[in-house]
Amino acid sequence: MNSDTGMTHAIKMDHLQRERVRMNVESEEIAITVENLNLFYADSQALNDISIKIPENRVTAFIGPSGCGKSTLLRCFNRMNDLIDSVRIEGKIILNGENIFDKSVNVADLRRRVGMVFQKPNPFPKSIYENVAYGLRIQGVNNRRVLDESVEKALKGAALWDEVKDRLHESAMGMSGGQQQRLVIARSIAIEPEVLLLDEPASALDPISTLKIEELIYELKSDYTIVIVTHNMQQAARVSDYTAFMYMGDMIEYSDTNSIFTNPAKKQTEDYITGRYG
Amino acid sequence: MTAGAVSVSLLMVFGVLALITMKGMVYFWPGDVLSAQYQMKDGRKTSLVGEVYEEELVPLQRLKDSGENIETDAAFVKRLLIKTGNRDILGSDFRWVLVPRLSEQKTPGDTVVIERREWGNLYGHLISVHEKGKVIATGPDAWAVFQERTARVIKIFAQIRHLEKNDIGSVNYRLEKLRLAERHIELSGKPDPEAQKDIDQQRKVLQSEYKALEFKLIDLYKQLRRDSYVIEVMGGKKVEQPLAKVVRAYQPNAMSITGKLIHYIEKVWEFVSDDPREANTEGGIFPTIFGTILMVMIMAVLVTPLGVIAAVYLREYAKQGPLTRIIRIAVNNLAGVPSIVYGIFGLGFFVYFLGGSIDQLFFPEALPAPTFGTGGIMWASLTLALMTLPVVIVSTEEGLSRVPRAVREGSLALGATKAETLWRTVLPMASPAMMTGLILAVARAAGEVAPLMLVGVVKLAPSMPLDMNAPFLHLERKFMHLGFHIYDVGFQSPNVEAARPLVYATALLLVLVIVVLNLAAISIRNRLREKYRSLEH
Repeated sequence: MNSDTGMTHAIKMDHLQRERVRMNVESEEIAITVENLNLFYADSQALNDISIKIPENRVTAFIGPSGCGKSTLLRCFNRMNDLIDSVRIEGKIILNGENIFDKSVNVADLRRRVGMVFQKPNPFPKSIYENVAYGLRIQGVNNRRVLDESVEKALKGAALWDEVKDRLHESAMGMSGGQQQRLVIARSIAIEPEVLLLDEPASALDPISTLKIEELIYELKSDYTIVIVTHNMQQAARVSDYTAFMYMGDMIEYSDTNSIFTNPAKKQTEDYITGRYG
Repeated sequence: MTAGAVSVSLLMVFGVLALITMKGMVYFWPGDVLSAQYQMKDGRKTSLVGEVYEEELVPLQRLKDSGENIETDAAFVKRLLIKTGNRDILGSDFRWVLVPRLSEQKTPGDTVVIERREWGNLYGHLISVHEKGKVIATGPDAWAVFQERTARVIKIFAQIRHLEKNDIGSVNYRLEKLRLAERHIELSGKPDPEAQKDIDQQRKVLQSEYKALEFKLIDLYKQLRRDSYVIEVMGGKKVEQPLAKVVRAYQPNAMSITGKLIHYIEKVWEFVSDDPREANTEGGIFPTIFGTILMVMIMAVLVTPLGVIAAVYLREYAKQGPLTRIIRIAVNNLAGVPSIVYGIFGLGFFVYFLGGSIDQLFFPEALPAPTFGTGGIMWASLTLALMTLPVVIVSTEEGLSRVPRAVREGSLALGATKAETLWRTVLPMASPAMMTGLILAVARAAGEVAPLMLVGVVKLAPSMPLDMNAPFLHLERKFMHLGFHIYDVGFQSPNVEAARPLVYATALLLVLVIVVLNLAAISIRNRLREKYRSLEH
């Protein structure tokens, strides 16, 4: 990246408008605890003995080069990996004191509590309104008034209300990519999850839409625990409170964002964020 | 090359359509009626009255070989096929005549063509009209009186038909129901005097109703038979005919183009809206159109859920492995099985086995007369549904596989179960593909005849599968079908020559029905497609 300038750090934290408060995981309320998680795709291991604590009402970013397992780890939190037949998982992920891999856990119920936004916007081919109401309808909410209120609240929460309030019943497929992605976020927060997983939410968007999403993430933090996977280190630095660097299925370093980007403890981390590889 | 192939295919399609349209549509046009003198082989002269149907050239040599001697130098002699009608008087409707033997050809304006309920058309010159045996009009006045009386007769006839079909039909239907109810009590072995009394009571009411209707009917028939007419047919013979049998009468030679056009439209309307007459060679084909459409619709209703459920299982639930591969191969092979085989299967399994069992279980009172244990629209639709199942399965699977993974994950991530995701998102998005399957199924089913002959299509169904008697839709009834009608009229009718244009007209209608059914399905599909345009592009 910026190697030609000869600077040590690619990300200049001073230039980002953020509070320079030192944060510490140990002093936070913990939302998700991952303990000794191993994940195998058929014969090859994709995650090696991962343990991490995700703090509540904070933004935690996973960074790392492609194929390092960050998306795979994210998809463990709402058991999206269940959809792949060959996946085998060992270890625990504890949410609200309960291991989500327990047989007693209802997957649909878990996913209701842990919302997810994907890399590419994936609205349903329905109206904007119906997209947002989808999760509620699945829970059996059909009362028009309740739905109206929730849809409005979710769209306002996703900073989309003003743009779409006059065309709620038009197809969501006619929106721009950035709007679609915010719609997907609105769709996720409409069912009021505890945790919101964002899998490279801005990678398919233009810079302005990206900025809007990032602002949104910042605002959503007060209500939700957010875990974000990103390729873009500036983004991680801008939006997150804590950052985990992963490489080849290993959790190399996990700390508060300021420390990672200004004073990484491991050589590998430093190499990555200064752009020496990845 | 490819352009050539396409144009040849198009040319063939349009050629077929043009041929059918031409041959079929000409049938309803009132052609001029020729009057002429014809010299027969033995030298005697006879008068001819009739419509020219066809002309062709015959080699002179062949005529000479068969003993004709014609003074001409040409190698070929033109001959005409003339429809002389008057089957009851002449014995046949058509005759070939050699043009050189014709003389005094003219088309007199007062030649009348009378369509009758029996014996086909009558050609001749009207002499007089009679009421209860007394002459009431002769000569030039006769035609006006005749038309007026014909209108009256047709009206009375319509009343009779209505009475017979609707009122008396309904009484008969209810009487039959009572008989079955009575038989049911009898079979149960427990005499129920209370119910029996009730049945007797109802029967009495119905029988008196029937009596009243019968009186009315007898009266109408008497009115119908009041008038008659005398007509001079070819050969100079005068015959008296009952007016009651007249369906329509016209003087084609005196008609203007507009008159002919109106007549033409009337005939076409009759063809599509009326019941057949005279062993299907005259009248309309409404029951066949109705039967075809109803059968296709029932088939669509049966095949869609079956096919979709099968496809959903194969694509979404079943573990992809050798077993599903074998099932897929089997399904694809089903599409290649000749349709008559399905007919046999339908007859053996649906009609005899399933239908027979249903009869034993639910309709024992009607036995030995079968209810479902014989061909019917239900079994025909089911057989065709089975036949068209593979196309629906294959195209639904295709549609399911095209639903993007991202959309499914989006739904699952919102806490929807697999079934909810399928029902709310995946199936709607795959619905255009299902419609494509259904379009192919309808196209194949509507034109199918062979299997139907075994499982419920008949030459002439006494009553339609949908009528005013509860429960309105009678799935056990036999029905008529356009395709079978073509076969029947074209090859099984007593008067093949007369029926040939009818075959073309019916074929045209069959094509039209299929086109309309398909267009309907295609427009639904396009609407769905527009609605569920997905992220793929």
